Amino acid sequence: MSPWATMRIALKAINANKMRALLTMLGIIIGVASVITMVSIGQGVSKSVEDNISSLGTNLLTVSPSMLKTGGVRQTSTVHTLTVDDSKAIESECSFITYASPMVRRGMQVVYGNQNWSSTVYGVSQDYDEIRNWPVSEGEFFTEQDVKGSAKVCVIGNTIVENLFNGENPIDQVIRVQKVPFRVVGVLQTKGEGMGGDQDDVIMVPYTTALSRISRMKYIQSIVCSVSAEEYTEQAVDEVTTLLRQRHHLKDDAEDDFTIGSQADIKETMAQTMGMLTLFLSAIAFISLLVGGIGIMNIMLVSVTERIREIGIRMALGARGSDVLKQFLFESMTLSIMGGIIGILIGMGLALTISHFVPDLKTVISVEAIIISFLFSAGVGIFFGFYPAWQASKLDPIDALRHE
Amino acid sequence: MAKEKEEKNKKTVIEVKNLEKIYDSGEVKVHALRGITLSVYDGELVAIMGTSGSGKSTLMNILGCLDKLTKGEYILDGRNVSNMSRDELADIRNDLIGFVFQGFNLLAKTPAIENVELPLLYSRARSYNKQEREEMARKALDSVGLNGRYYHQPNQLSGGQQQRVAIARALIKNPSLILADEPTGNLDSRTSVEIMNIFQQMNRKNGITVVLVTHSDEIAEFADRVIVFRDGLIREDRRNTNPNNAEEILKTMPVPEE
Repeated sequence: MSPWATMRIALKAINANKMRALLTMLGIIIGVASVITMVSIGQGVSKSVEDNISSLGTNLLTVSPSMLKTGGVRQTSTVHTLTVDDSKAIESECSFITYASPMVRRGMQVVYGNQNWSSTVYGVSQDYDEIRNWPVSEGEFFTEQDVKGSAKVCVIGNTIVENLFNGENPIDQVIRVQKVPFRVVGVLQTKGEGMGGDQDDVIMVPYTTALSRISRMKYIQSIVCSVSAEEYTEQAVDEVTTLLRQRHHLKDDAEDDFTIGSQADIKETMAQTMGMLTLFLSAIAFISLLVGGIGIMNIMLVSVTERIREIGIRMALGARGSDVLKQFLFESMTLSIMGGIIGILIGMGLALTISHFVPDLKTVISVEAIIISFLFSAGVGIFFGFYPAWQASKLDPIDALRHE
Repeated sequence: MAKEKEEKNKKTVIEVKNLEKIYDSGEVKVHALRGITLSVYDGELVAIMGTSGSGKSTLMNILGCLDKLTKGEYILDGRNVSNMSRDELADIRNDLIGFVFQGFNLLAKTPAIENVELPLLYSRARSYNKQEREEMARKALDSVGLNGRYYHQPNQLSGGQQQRVAIARALIKNPSLILADEPTGNLDSRTSVEIMNIFQQMNRKNGITVVLVTHSDEIAEFADRVIVFRDGLIREDRRNTNPNNAEEILKTMPVPEE
């Protein structure tokens, strides 16, 4: 019997019981639609996080002091192992590092005129704009001279401009940070919201000034470096590790007294998290498709029982068991594939609607998810349709013909 | 005796030798057929009679390759079908046999033409495309006088018309044998004669072999040969020297008022 004829019979049988077919498909529809929607949201979130990470600069390395165990207690704030000289050594001696900048960071009150604003002051080198790939939109970044001379100059982010200056041009104005006056030399380009809040709420000053005027310490909180290219991240980490161990006179068996974090690490963590999420979604999808499949099996068993006489007629006219098997298998497969297609359409619609109404969440419709859901639902139809179809194919033609 | 000789020159469609059928349901064994030997020749119209439980239905099932025999041999159109598998029997049914049932056994909600096409869908010897199928089905429906009702569904047709659709379905593959199980059992007397007329026409004009089971002596009078069953054995096998002519009788019957 030709596949076309088989398909026609299956469609006809489904058409004869539209409401029942729809209810049967519901399990598959809900399963597939929720998978498509959730995967779309998941991918949208992961993409926006990835974009955020990229906006920080994908070739960024951050060296920070390690949590040292002293008497079993892990401490960070009191341990300062990194120095400005470490940063200079990294920049001059590591071949995979383009720039390295010391960093001191502290939350502070900033005052301009009668306005005040609480922000974070970053003490960094003149190359920080290059490291972060974050140019100024107005004015200039401070210079090497400014760093050497501990000049009281600063570059401010857009949030500061908005909150302190009220539309005034901030360039060459003087703001006060802990009563120390700083002249504004540049305004940074807007970066927007990122991980950990507003990225534009920053004041950057030369680290020398920050160390002498604000924190009054010899040690720096971290060293931020840029790797010459993203693919050399691993080599760069090795290089920096070797150099710092040497400089810190660590014995071979001693632990590092610093840690190096890269954007690649963050990305990897994200990927792992997304992997878990995907696994979790797949589990839900699997369960819902399983339930849908059982629904299909149930209805197919009913359908076979209702049509025993029809099966008998077909057998008397020369249908083999395999013809009957194919007919019912095709019917259950058609049910599940139709359910799958409807589910995919609903899922896509939901994903687009969410995108439309929640502007921050750009859902990404995944082609893989669509293909996998489709194949999976077809598989469910075959798997759960097999038992009823097999039962139908094993019927005895005489008994089937006599069945009332 | 002279007649027997004459028959030997004819082709045998059904040849059954020492056929036995035992239904074994655990402890109880039912001997439904106790050794039947029977030959049906090409072009015969045979009526099988007998009370219920006489074994005639069992015989029909075996002749129709719907059931397997327990002992003996059955040769249909020169092929020994005694020990064939389920699938082989399905193919034999498709190729050699046309069925007509008491309850018509048409697929509900399915147009007449599609019902008639069914045997072509399951043909393995050769496949028919849609156009061929429709053409053959139309021709078969025309031959039983149902032209113009191709797309009627069974519930839109009268009993007699439904049985004609079933006959068209049985005829479509031009089988060696038509098996009819009480084909007029559900029909009124005039319609019964109409149906018998179709069988006689098929038999006389196209030489199709027909074996039909009936309870009614009147129906049996249309057959060339009457075989009576009792307790799993053939009790009587007689020729009708002068069978009734359905066409003639129809003329004498009152035409039903519309």
